[in-house]
Amino acid sequence: MPDKIRILLAKPGLDGHDRGIKVIAAAFRDAGFEVIYSGLRQTPDMIVNAAIQEDVDAIGVSILSGAHMTLFPAILDLLKEKKADNIILFGGGIIPDDDIVALEKLGVNKLFTPGTTTEESIEYVKKAVGERKKDEKIM
Amino acid sequence: MFDKEFLKENEENLKKWDKDADKFRAKKSRPRFITVSGEEVNELYTPADVDGAKFNEKIGYPGQFPYTRGVHHTMYRSRLWTMRQFSGMGTPKQTNERYHYLLKNGQTGLSVAFDLPTLMGYDSDHPRSLGEVGKCGVAVDSLADMEIIFDGINLGEVSTSMTINAPASVLLAMYLAVAEKQGVPFDKLRGTLQNDILKEYIAQKEWIYPPEPSIRLITDLMAFCTDNVPQWNTISISGYHIREAGSTAAQELAFTLADGFTYIEAAMKDGQDVDAFAPRLSFFFNAHQDFFEEIAKYRAARRIFARRMKEKYKAKNERSWLLRFHTQTAGCSLTAQQPENNIVRTAIEALSGVLGGTQSLHTNSMDETLALPSEKAVLIALRTQQIIAHETGVANTIDPLAGSYFVEAMTDKIEADAEKYLDEIEQRGGVVKCIEEGYLQREIAKAAYRYQKEIEKKERIIVGVNDYVMDDEEIDIPILRIDESVEREQTAFVRDIRAKRDNDKAKRTLEELQTAAKGNGNTLKAMLDCVRVYVTMGEICDALKPIFGEYIEPPVI
Repeated sequence: MPDKIRILLAKPGLDGHDRGIKVIAAAFRDAGFEVIYSGLRQTPDMIVNAAIQEDVDAIGVSILSGAHMTLFPAILDLLKEKKADNIILFGGGIIPDDDIVALEKLGVNKLFTPGTTTEESIEYVKKAVGERKKDEKIM
Repeated sequence: MFDKEFLKENEENLKKWDKDADKFRAKKSRPRFITVSGEEVNELYTPADVDGAKFNEKIGYPGQFPYTRGVHHTMYRSRLWTMRQFSGMGTPKQTNERYHYLLKNGQTGLSVAFDLPTLMGYDSDHPRSLGEVGKCGVAVDSLADMEIIFDGINLGEVSTSMTINAPASVLLAMYLAVAEKQGVPFDKLRGTLQNDILKEYIAQKEWIYPPEPSIRLITDLMAFCTDNVPQWNTISISGYHIREAGSTAAQELAFTLADGFTYIEAAMKDGQDVDAFAPRLSFFFNAHQDFFEEIAKYRAARRIFARRMKEKYKAKNERSWLLRFHTQTAGCSLTAQQPENNIVRTAIEALSGVLGGTQSLHTNSMDETLALPSEKAVLIALRTQQIIAHETGVANTIDPLAGSYFVEAMTDKIEADAEKYLDEIEQRGGVVKCIEEGYLQREIAKAAYRYQKEIEKKERIIVGVNDYVMDDEEIDIPILRIDESVEREQTAFVRDIRAKRDNDKAKRTLEELQTAAKGNGNTLKAMLDCVRVYVTMGEICDALKPIFGEYIEPPVI
């Protein structure tokens, strides 16, 4: 019986709009993931520390406030610094297409746009974590 | 309304129709016939669905109890709804330019959108503000910013709504100070402050302090305005955000009214006369996509409120019974895909607000799933209201849908559903208790999740998203971007203000505010003294934190 995939869902920065992340949380939980929800107003520091502490396979970040070009890079830097950058980093929100390209280039694994189904994001995380675990076994 | 013989005949005719219709029922144009809120809708409504015997009690006349048909006798025949576009971006100067643009193009009221740091009580140079300054609205740190926002705008001649909650008193204090500088007496000022902290804990999630001291700030403001700013709407008791968070229409209605009653009870407990403050309470509802459900909701809202004010709170002043409201079309109904379609969605939603008798209306721009509105997009949104007002004829008569079998039945139904929730909330110990226990938040999250599942199962079609999808579409409308220089500019500006003001006065007024807050002083009055000497919003909010505490939400999925 494979271990449950553990994910941390987080709202960084000041954005308080949590409808989306709660829908994601419920969907992932129903799909058999172990879901930890950080709550609102998390700093990048708090998110990365929680992710390491909870030993998660992936972090899902929701940003609708326009602060994504500050917050995602900060999370990436901290993950690298704490040698936790094997954790899959995905997210969604209101993020213009060219910023998505830029952020994925910087190291964010996947950003989803409005209209994405919960199924799509679930399948992505299953696949990404699965591949990462396979790679780690080989290494 | 209908005599017994007619109703008997109707029953027989209905049976006949039902039998004949059966031939065609094998074919279904869609899997389910449900409202946006998930409520089943009948194939047909007839006179039997209207509680005709209770016409005067339930439907009646506009401007007359229970106001189902509208709060004023002549509604839009005397005065159209206010066209009030919620607006704000980047620096105060950019925002001032947008306001002049909107006023020039026929907007009839102002509405201020603040950025997240301001909404949360942080100055632009606070570490938590990094990356957030000016992105979702205008950055305001001190009176100096407000002066720029209203530059060239006479506050005695325009009404202004300010969408601000946790630090609402500070922003009102600043607005009053701007009026002072313009030489406009407080009793000439017209406008609205959202100032509805309860819905923050429930849905919008922008808070600073816990519920009790937050409600105290509100009752202080209500008392101050009753005496000094008599034309000001002290609260905009809101359902919009509750709906945006995913609630049903009945939840939106019930939770909003419950919040309103909580403030009323708090002010009465504070010794304020209900007939003194109630006429200046206002409401704010969502105009979501289910056209008739929304119209029914507004009509039911007026009826429920009027009854409670008269019968439960014993308000004697008729103006205390009126549920006056602003409406905003549903942001959550807009799509990022094929954004031009949002013009259509907004137009239909706006129409429902008008047919529901709203006093004031904001229409969303087509690009708001992508960015703050561009000039082009907000102009179309404003023109939408003007076209409804001047070209469609819907404002020619009052409450045109009254008497519709469907609309009256829906009004009754949503009233009954809302009353059930109001009872439930009361049984559970009131709104604050329900917030503490997460009951309201969970109801909303459940409804949001169900809605999403309906979409993913294609029980609910969203054009361009799960049907009529265009894989290779390109966005070719202008997209507004807030430049990073805004944050640098605002940060420099607020630091300059702090350096150049009379810092002795600033320190003293802050201390006096703290004294007032610790005791029974009026906090709004004390804040007015602070803002006049350019104490910043962040400094005021911080000064109250050790006294009031800070709210931390237990995360509930």
